[in-house]
Amino acid sequence: MLSGWFILLLSTAYLAILFAVARFGDARADAGKSIISANVYALSLAVYCTSWTFYGSVGRATSGGLSFLTIYIGPTLMLLMTGVILKMIRISKVHRITSIADFIASRYGKSQLLAGLVTVIAVIGVVPYIALQLKAISASLNVLLLESDADFLPWWLDSTFLIAGLLAVFTILFGTRHLDATERHEGMVAAVAFESVVKLLAFLAVGLFVTYGMFGGLSDLFQRAAASPELGRLLQLDSARAGTWTAMILLSGLAIIFLPRQFQIIVVENVNESHLKRAVWLFPLYLLLINIFVLPLALGGLLHFQGQPFNADTFVLTLPLARGAEALALLVFIGGLSAATGMVIVETIALSTMVCNDLVMPWLLRSSRFGASKDLSKLLIGIRRVAITLILLLGYIYFRAAGEAYALVGIGLISFAAVAQFAPAMFGGMYWKQGTRAGAVAGLLGGFAVWLYTLLLPSFARSGWIGNGFVEHGLFGIAELKAQALFGLSGLDEISHSLWWSLLINLGLYIVVSLNSRPDAVEAGQAERFVDIFRHSAQETDTRIWRGHASMGELVSLLERFLGPARAHQQLGIFASERGTADWRKLPADADLVHFAEAQLAGAIGSASARVMVASVAQEEEIGLEEVLDILDEATQVRAYSRELEAKSQELETATTELRAVNERLRELDKMKDDFISTVTHELRTPLTSIRALSEMLHEDPKLELSDRKRFLGIIVSETERLTRLINQILDMAKLESGRAEWTTSEVDVRDVVRESMDSLGQLFREKGVTLTGELPETCPLVMADRDRLTQVMINLLSNAVKFVSGETGKVHVRLSADDERVRIEVADNGPGLTADECTVIFEKFRQGGNTMTDKPQGTGLGLPISRQIVEYFGGNLWVESEPGAGANFIFTVPLPGPEEQQ
Amino acid sequence: MAHKILIVDDEPNIVISLEFLMKKEGFEIAVATDGEEALAKVASFGPDLMLLDVMMPKKSGFEVCEALRADPANAGLQIVMLTAKGRDTEVAKGLAIGADAYVTKPFSTKELVAKVKSMLGVA
Repeated sequence: MLSGWFILLLSTAYLAILFAVARFGDARADAGKSIISANVYALSLAVYCTSWTFYGSVGRATSGGLSFLTIYIGPTLMLLMTGVILKMIRISKVHRITSIADFIASRYGKSQLLAGLVTVIAVIGVVPYIALQLKAISASLNVLLLESDADFLPWWLDSTFLIAGLLAVFTILFGTRHLDATERHEGMVAAVAFESVVKLLAFLAVGLFVTYGMFGGLSDLFQRAAASPELGRLLQLDSARAGTWTAMILLSGLAIIFLPRQFQIIVVENVNESHLKRAVWLFPLYLLLINIFVLPLALGGLLHFQGQPFNADTFVLTLPLARGAEALALLVFIGGLSAATGMVIVETIALSTMVCNDLVMPWLLRSSRFGASKDLSKLLIGIRRVAITLILLLGYIYFRAAGEAYALVGIGLISFAAVAQFAPAMFGGMYWKQGTRAGAVAGLLGGFAVWLYTLLLPSFARSGWIGNGFVEHGLFGIAELKAQALFGLSGLDEISHSLWWSLLINLGLYIVVSLNSRPDAVEAGQAERFVDIFRHSAQETDTRIWRGHASMGELVSLLERFLGPARAHQQLGIFASERGTADWRKLPADADLVHFAEAQLAGAIGSASARVMVASVAQEEEIGLEEVLDILDEATQVRAYSRELEAKSQELETATTELRAVNERLRELDKMKDDFISTVTHELRTPLTSIRALSEMLHEDPKLELSDRKRFLGIIVSETERLTRLINQILDMAKLESGRAEWTTSEVDVRDVVRESMDSLGQLFREKGVTLTGELPETCPLVMADRDRLTQVMINLLSNAVKFVSGETGKVHVRLSADDERVRIEVADNGPGLTADECTVIFEKFRQGGNTMTDKPQGTGLGLPISRQIVEYFGGNLWVESEPGAGANFIFTVPLPGPEEQQ
Repeated sequence: MAHKILIVDDEPNIVISLEFLMKKEGFEIAVATDGEEALAKVASFGPDLMLLDVMMPKKSGFEVCEALRADPANAGLQIVMLTAKGRDTEVAKGLAIGADAYVTKPFSTKELVAKVKSMLGVA
C-alpha cells in the first residue's frame, strides 16, 4: 500500500506546505509585520532536535540507557547562562554579524584568515552531521519501502542521492530566494518553528501509541523491562560512566550555540533580545516533551523484537508498522523528515553564507575580472546556491564513505566535538581583551588537528577507507600517538578522549599565544568593543576611530554592487532620514557614512570582506594602536568622570546637610548663649535694683528715720554680697565650662573633706536649729581629686540642705561609703522634697527649687550645676533621689583610681 | 482721695523699696508677690495703677497683663511693667499686650515717681 511514489508525493506536499509558511513569513517581514514572536523564536531553537533526536535517541537509549539525556541537559544549562547569550546577540546586532565565522573573525580584527579557518572547520565538522540526516531519511525510507516495492527507482539513482538533491533544491528555494543577501531569514525561521511542532507531535503520537496501544502503559513497560536483567540495566544510572556524562553535557552545551545552524537561529535570526527570556524555559520544556517517550520506545522495541534482528534507530517506524498502523508510520516519517529538513536547511544556509563570505569572497575580491562587474548581488546568491549544493554533496559522499560505520548518535557527536573547538576563541573574545588573532588561530588549528586525528580519521578508518594502524598502534608505531589513547590516556570513550585533548590544546595555545602576541589597532579596537559591548555605543566609537577620505559616489557604487541598486538606495534613504536629510545624495561622505556602508556590506558579505571593500574605496589614515585604545578608553574615562561627578555631588550634598546641621547647632548655641546672658543680666540687675532704689532714697532724704536707714543699709549690704557671690559663681561656671579652671589634683581622703565641710557649716546649722549628723567609715580609700573643689561641692550640698529644711525639726544626715570602684557621699535631708521634674531641673543653670515668695531660696541657681561639673570632672556622678514630702537625698560618687594609676 | 497702687514683685527687697518710695509720695499701696495673687488683689484692692514685675513665679507679668486687658472692667487700670531683662523685644512685647509703660530695672527712683505721677495726672 505504501508505494514509493505515494511517499514521494507526500513528502513533496509537506515541503510545499513548509515553503508556503516560509513565503508567508517573508511576506510579513517585508511588510514590516514580523511573525517572529517569542514563541516562534523558542520553537525555532528546536532545530537542535534533528533526525538524530527523532531516530537516534531511541537507538542510543537501547544501549546507553538514560545517557541519551545528556545531549539535552547541556543545552538546558547553557540557555540558563542568559547573560552570555545576550552578549553574543548584542555584539552580533551591533556589528551586523552574519555567522559564527564572521563573529570570530570580526572580534580578532576582521581577519579573513580566521574567517576562512572557522569556515573550513565548520564545513568539515558539520558535513558528517548532514550525512547523518541523509542517513536517517534514507533509513526511514527503506523501512517504509521494505513493506512494498523496494525497486521503484531506476537502478542508477539511489534514494539517498535523490533526497540530497531534493533537499538542495528546496534549500536553495528556501534560503536564497531573496536577491538581497542580508543576514536574516524570517521565513526560514517561521518554517523551522512549524517543523518543530510537527516533529514533536509525530514523536508524541508514536510514543503514546507504543506505550498505551502496544503495551499497558508506562508502568507495564518498566515492570517488564525490570524483569529482564539486560533491560533493567538501561533504567539505572551507571556511575562508571559519569565522566562520559560530563563530557556529553559540556559538548552539547557548547553545540547549542556553536553549531552554525544554532548560532544562526539563536544569535543571527534573533529579532528581539527579550525573546530569549521565553526561550530559556520554553526550549527546555520542548526538550523534555520530546524525550519523555524515548525510553519507553526503546524498551518497547527491545521487548517486541526480542530474538529478531532489528535496527534500534528505526524503532519509531518499525513498531507502528509491526501493528499495521501505516498512517501513524507515515506521520512519523513526516516528523523525521521535518527534523532532518529543518536541520539541513538551516545548516546549509548558515554554512553557505560562511563559505560565500569567508572563503569565496576574499578570493574573488582579489581577482581583477571581478572588479569590473556592476551588480554583484546576483553573483552572491549564485555562490551561495553552489555552496549549498556542494555541501549537500559532501554530506552524501561522507554518508557513502563512513555512514555505515556509526550509529546516528556517533556521527552527531563528531560534529559536536568539532564545533566545540570554537569555544575558547568565542568566549575568550567576548570576555578577555588580551585574546589575540594569533592566539585564536593557533588554538583553532591545534584543537582542530587533534579532533581530526582522534575522531574524524578514526571514523574513516573504521569504514575501511584508510588503514587503522594509527588507531591500533599509534602513528609511526609510537604507542603515545594512538589516536584514541593519546599519551596513554585510555579508559575514556572516544568522544570524551577527543574532547579532553582537543580543548586542552586549543585553550592552552589560545592563552599562551595570545599572551605572547600583540594585536594591531583594528584588532585592539574590536576587542574593546566586543568585551565592553554594553558600555560602548557602537556608532559613536566606531566613527571616532576612523579617519580618512571617501567619495560618496564610490561608497554608493560599492553598496549597489553588493546589495543591488534598489536595496542599496532603500537603505541609504533610511540612513539619510535617520540623520535628518531628505535626500541621501546630499549626505556628506564622512566617517558616519563610511561606517554605515561597512555595516551594510558586513551584513551581506561578512565583516572581514566588508572591511577590505571599504578600505579599497576610501583613503584611510592609519590610526595607531595607542590612539585607538586612547579613544576607546576615553569613553570609559568619561563614564568614570561622570561617576566621580556623581560621587562628588553626593559628597557635596552630604556636606551641605552636615553644614546645615552644624549651623542649626550653632544657632541653638547662640540662642542658649543669648538666653544665658539674658538670665545673667536679670540675676545681676535684680539685686542692683534694690541697691540703687534704696541708696537713692537714702541719698535724697536725709531726714529718713534711723530704723529705716539701718534696715535699708542692711538690705544694701546683703544685696551687695549676693551680687558678689553671683559674679564669683558665674566666673567659676564660665571657667569650668571653658575648661580653663585650675585643678590641683592630689590624693584626697574624702572623710577629711566631709568633716571639714560639716565643721565649717556647723554654726549655720546651729543658728537655724537644724540637726547635722555624719556617718563615716573606719577607713576610706584615697581618691585622686582637687581637695578644695570637693569641699566646694560638699559645702554647696550642705548649705542647700539647710536652706530647704525647716528650723528646729530639720535634720541633715551625711553618709560616706566606699566599694572597690568608688567612694559614695550622701547628703540626706527631711525637707519638702522634689518632684521628678524638679530632680532634673535643679541641675540646670539659674533654676532653683521652691516657687513661692516665702521659700524663695537665697542662692544664685548656679551651685548645683557647678557641683555637677566638678564631680563629673573627676569621673563621678551627682544626682538626687527624692519625692515630694519625703526629703531629698543628694548623692555623688568619686571613682577610685584604677590599678595602673595607683602604680 | 489718694490713688491706689498695686506693687507686684517676687523680690522682697525690691518690694520694700518700692513700697517705701510710693508710700512717701502719698499713694495707697498693696503688695502681691506672684501673678495669681496680683489678679486677686486687682479685684479686691481696685488699684489705679500697678507696678508689675515680669519674671515671677506662677504667672509671669505678661500673662497677668494679658489677663487684665482681656477684661473690660479693668480698662482704667494703668499698668507699668518692670523688668530686669532690658531687651527691646521684651519692651515691645509688653507694650503690645497692653502695658501703658515699661521701666527697666534698675530704675531711677526719681524718674519712676515722675512717670507714675504723670500717668495718674497728679503732677
